[in-house]
Amino acid sequence: MPDAHRDLTLAPSEMVAAEAGTESVLALEALAPAGTRKRRLGLLFWVCAGWIGLMVLLAVLASVLPLTNPNFQNYAALNAGPSIHHLFGTDDLGRDLFSRVIFGSRVSLVIGFAPVAIGLVTGGSLGLLAGYRSGVADTVLNAFSFVILAFPALLAIMVIETFWRPVSLWKLTVMFAVVAAPQLFRVIRATTLSFAGREFVTAARTMGASTPRILMRELLPNVVPAALSFALIGVAVAVVLEGALAFLGLSVGLPTPSLGNIINEGVNNNLLQSNPYIALWPSLYIFLLLTGLNLMADRLRSHFDVREVKL
Amino acid sequence: MLRYVFTRLVQLVIITFLISVFAFLMVHLLPGDPTLAILGPNDTPAARAELLKQLGLNKPLLSQYVTWIKNVLHGNLGASFLTKQTVTNALSVALPIDLELIVVSQVVAILVAVPLALVAALRPNRLFDRVATTSTFGMLSLPTFVAGPLLVLVFAVELHWVPATGFNRLSQGLGPNLQSVILPSIALAIGSIAVYYRLLRADLIATLQEDFVTMARAKGLSTRYIMLRHVLRPSSFSLLAGAGISIGTLFTGAFVVEVLFQLPGIGFQLVQAIYSRDYLVVQGMALVAAVAFVVINFGVDFLLTLLDPRVRRA
Repeated sequence: MPDAHRDLTLAPSEMVAAEAGTESVLALEALAPAGTRKRRLGLLFWVCAGWIGLMVLLAVLASVLPLTNPNFQNYAALNAGPSIHHLFGTDDLGRDLFSRVIFGSRVSLVIGFAPVAIGLVTGGSLGLLAGYRSGVADTVLNAFSFVILAFPALLAIMVIETFWRPVSLWKLTVMFAVVAAPQLFRVIRATTLSFAGREFVTAARTMGASTPRILMRELLPNVVPAALSFALIGVAVAVVLEGALAFLGLSVGLPTPSLGNIINEGVNNNLLQSNPYIALWPSLYIFLLLTGLNLMADRLRSHFDVREVKL
Repeated sequence: MLRYVFTRLVQLVIITFLISVFAFLMVHLLPGDPTLAILGPNDTPAARAELLKQLGLNKPLLSQYVTWIKNVLHGNLGASFLTKQTVTNALSVALPIDLELIVVSQVVAILVAVPLALVAALRPNRLFDRVATTSTFGMLSLPTFVAGPLLVLVFAVELHWVPATGFNRLSQGLGPNLQSVILPSIALAIGSIAVYYRLLRADLIATLQEDFVTMARAKGLSTRYIMLRHVLRPSSFSLLAGAGISIGTLFTGAFVVEVLFQLPGIGFQLVQAIYSRDYLVVQGMALVAAVAFVVINFGVDFLLTLLDPRVRRA
């Protein structure tokens, strides 16, 4: 059974996703020095981790740090360029852009990490169980996840928001978690399935290990790397989705700044012409955040994925 | 094969039904009396009577759904109480714009990604490959709402090559039409370029190690001929699959682009309807868009099974 690790109900979309995964492994493999690649995650991974850690830290400590109120309008400094007083400059209303980007990143980071964490706990544990004991529950859960994944996420969230007013951070978190959980469920279920038939699991069972023990001690450690790598991609996807919603004016409402709505403000009223910094800084922040997440996910995958011997 | 198609068809029917139920129930998420919210400032007795007839709100939930779905199946998706335009009408005006955006962006993506991948795969890990692979990796981190404004800044604001916003219909001439569509299409294409390049490059590298390529080389065929005639075709399955699957994503990705560039496609109209709380228009458009998304994905999956029997091995 050469393909035992592959979920038998895989749709073409997932097959391609899986292929793209192994492929990007190769891409990065090429960049990493050959000798260090087996044991260590590499410098790049830790640089990205530190970078994202710094972003999270800034967002968490935003209200403690000596930042101006992101909504304070300083009419003495409209459209000011970057300077020592305003690191990123100010916008057309004299608001400090550095402070707005940092406070705005709070929304992106919460919507990026919280739903994925919720999905990892709920979808992940169900996936572990479903992958180990296939049965009626497995079939039902699988069908359920299939139904949710068939919906176009952005469209569904936009429409639900319209009728479920007003938009708030917790409602967005709930909706994003509903989208994230089934995806994580499927990945973890498929990975568990690939390990559940292996000798070491049979051996543990023969030795009389209980189901919880097999799940926690035998399967979980093998599933975690794939789950983490996929979760990081999930965070990136959620950040993009929230950014798109905010850009459309459909995320957390004004006056709360978010990266997407700052970009939107910077694009309107010919501001791109008179003060491109307004749109540029949040764009740069999102680009660096996504690059960091993608690189980390890729590195994790190439580090742990056994399938890299395939080619 | 038949069994696979049958299972997928059953899934399609169930999902379409669920979408219709969700779309129907949406109106009931509104706080308080939904008619008040829907009619808003247009709350005249005549409009109210029409709305009650259309939704059957005073009947039990099940018969409300039956009334509603009957209307929908007859192509009557309701009309806006604000603009008096029917949803069907609005959709027929908007849909061509979405289609054009998707088609042009995919042409751009293929034209960029395929040559890049062909050159990169010939000499993996050399300078060209590294530059191309790294820059496409960067493109993966450029969502449309970031790439769009950057493109506008460079090509419309600084270089004045194309207008920043606005849409010229095809009837106004091909030139003006393309001019208004090209920048949005590129913004939409950036993500596709990265994905297509990576998929095709990996497959090309794998195919290049096949014996028949060595054979072709031994026959003295030129590299160009081998790449285009022997290698490209067997390597393009992932690319095709990737392209098919991304149609759905592009459809919603186009929303952002349409709002940024003021192109009156489905996304733009939907967002306008959301802003003005034109609930019935939102409901109708969402229903059509979601069903279209599901049907397109089904069609793509089906075509892929025809192309590659591995998929239906289940």
